[in-house]
Amino acid sequence: MTQDSRLLLDVRDLTVRFPTSDGVVQAVSNVSFTLSRGETLGVVGESGSGKSVSNLAIMGLLNRNRANIAGEVEFNGRDLLTLPPNELRHIRGKDIAMVFQDPFACLHPMYRVGDQIAEAVLAHSNEGKDHARKRAVEMLGHVGIPNAKARARDYPHQYSGGMRQRAMIAMALVHNPSILIADEPTTALDVTVQAQILELIEEVKREFDIGVILVTHDLGVVAETANSVMVMYAGRVMEYGPAAQIFAQPQHPYAWGLLDSMPTIERRLSSLVPIEGSPPSLLNPPTGCPFHPRCVYQFAPCATERPPLVAPVPEAHPDACHLPWEKKVELGAKRAVAAIVGEDAA
Amino acid sequence: MSTPNGAPTEPAVADAEFGSADNLVELEHLTKRFQVRQGVFARGKSEVHAVEDVSLTVRRGETLGIVGESGCGKSTTARLILRLLDPTSGAIRFEGQDISRLSQRQLRPLRREMQMIFQDPYSSLNPRKTVGQIVGSPFVIHGERRAKTRVQELLETVGLSPEHYNRYPHEFSGGQRQRIGVARALALSPKLIICDEPVSALDVSIQAQVLNLLRNLQRDFNLTYVFISHDLSVIRQIADRIAVMYLGHVVELGESESIYESPKHPYTAALLSAVPRATTGHRERIMLTGDVPSPIAPPPACIFHTRCPRFHQGHCDVDAPPLRELEPGHAAACHYPLEKWPMTDDEIRQAEGALRADKPSLEGATQEA
Repeated sequence: MTQDSRLLLDVRDLTVRFPTSDGVVQAVSNVSFTLSRGETLGVVGESGSGKSVSNLAIMGLLNRNRANIAGEVEFNGRDLLTLPPNELRHIRGKDIAMVFQDPFACLHPMYRVGDQIAEAVLAHSNEGKDHARKRAVEMLGHVGIPNAKARARDYPHQYSGGMRQRAMIAMALVHNPSILIADEPTTALDVTVQAQILELIEEVKREFDIGVILVTHDLGVVAETANSVMVMYAGRVMEYGPAAQIFAQPQHPYAWGLLDSMPTIERRLSSLVPIEGSPPSLLNPPTGCPFHPRCVYQFAPCATERPPLVAPVPEAHPDACHLPWEKKVELGAKRAVAAIVGEDAA
Repeated sequence: MSTPNGAPTEPAVADAEFGSADNLVELEHLTKRFQVRQGVFARGKSEVHAVEDVSLTVRRGETLGIVGESGCGKSTTARLILRLLDPTSGAIRFEGQDISRLSQRQLRPLRREMQMIFQDPYSSLNPRKTVGQIVGSPFVIHGERRAKTRVQELLETVGLSPEHYNRYPHEFSGGQRQRIGVARALALSPKLIICDEPVSALDVSIQAQVLNLLRNLQRDFNLTYVFISHDLSVIRQIADRIAVMYLGHVVELGESESIYESPKHPYTAALLSAVPRATTGHRERIMLTGDVPSPIAPPPACIFHTRCPRFHQGHCDVDAPPLRELEPGHAAACHYPLEKWPMTDDEIRQAEGALRADKPSLEGATQEA
């Protein structure tokens, strides 16, 4: 165990398998990362890359009868994966809280918003109902719901999408958790509302000194909010490092592909460079590097040998790619040049 | 045809070259209101102002992007152009012909000229029909023979294989399904294709494939697109001209480059600054407070004044700004358009060189503080 007192979560070799009648779905394979206080970890990947499943596994929200989970998730010196369900229940929702994508589906339509938040308070405390209600109003005000005392008596349908997501964040924060897991928290929202919610999460993180795991498919959201980034593909980590480095010098061909295929608001590109093909089935993922069938740079070992997630040179961040470091530097430089040429052409 | 209450009667500016042979579609003072019932036992009646007094043109061979947040009326506008909805008032002209009052029967020959690509490639394809039947159905409806070879050619055109003819939609990925939708839209060689959020349900790597396909098809078949999206990065990539909508109104209209490089309307500026970017570096962000007002009771005068950082009491809430041309090919509906871009928060608030109307009409009490 590391001595770093700010370390909150240490995930090692997290692996999730779902046995189905068609075969075993290899949803998450050997995912390792850490989260410290004050850190926002951005987890990016396309649909089916395992980003949500790994978080559900950490939260203990996967049915253990249906999912085989291996690895270690260390939180406060304890492995969450081996905790008995009732002990895990004391941690989940209290020390680790989660905000989901769809604020429309997460609130019960027939209960008042304030009462639903009060219920979350009562789930982990012995205080009375009055205290819980007060706490709910206090938290609603805290996340920027104007006139919180009156709005706490509203039903969810009286709230807009952005307000519902604020209410969900308020609910997640009632017990001062140390980790907030936000799974696509802004995907269902409009851009101007998205900006407000991202700002709120950032404020909350600073104020309560917590760690945030932000799961998203939007690289722009990650670039603006995350300190560190984990790029996932087909259930595996392709690249993991500080956000500034990943965006300035991405090392994995998949990360290059993602960045190059993304339209940018800053200029009109002469053409987008898509990643050809589509993501693999997790029932029988490709051997070797899972990205090799779509990779333009694949060579001899890619199809057979799985590249480990290691830093190619000490000053670089870890990636899972067989390409020699010099080649990555050379291709990375070419990408940068191509971007500038594209700018001129536009 | 009655003009809706309070709609300006002056001719639409900026896009006013109505009647030009270059225009494929012309919308003039187009308005759509939906009746809704409210209250106990649905006794109260009110109207949703979905599209209010929209005037614009779509030129042949161009891509007109319509952007805005949910509920701004962009999809309703698209459905009105296709006459999938009947307008409350105003005119829709397709190739110079007013189609706003045609019956469904009279519209049928025109239907082959305009097609639509939908957002969700999962729900827009019938799961019980083969790809051949789906792409071939326009031929059947319009009584054309020899569909099979044409369908196979179409499948090749959109990057699928002719052997996919007998497969079912569930055998395809999201991106491939969207290609099937594109092939179906292309079947009758239409002049106009309305793309309603065609890449929003796709992952980025696939999104780029479909955007490139749409662009190549436009070049090869001389297509005109109306491209609806909430994603400003996608719109920048594909659109030649852009209409920015807010609460049913077009608030800014112009050449794409001009709008992205120097937005004039504070709402457009707020939208642009809210988009997260993958490039590092700090920039000013205009934070809008509150939520979009209800389209059942839209704010009086300028519809954006309740959230606008440049709001001037006694002007913006009294006088509705018309959509007027501020630069050649770039119009905005604002009394205090932005002087430059980017701007800091303070600069936005200090609107000076205001384009004040001739008469600062202050009569009539302000309704919303």
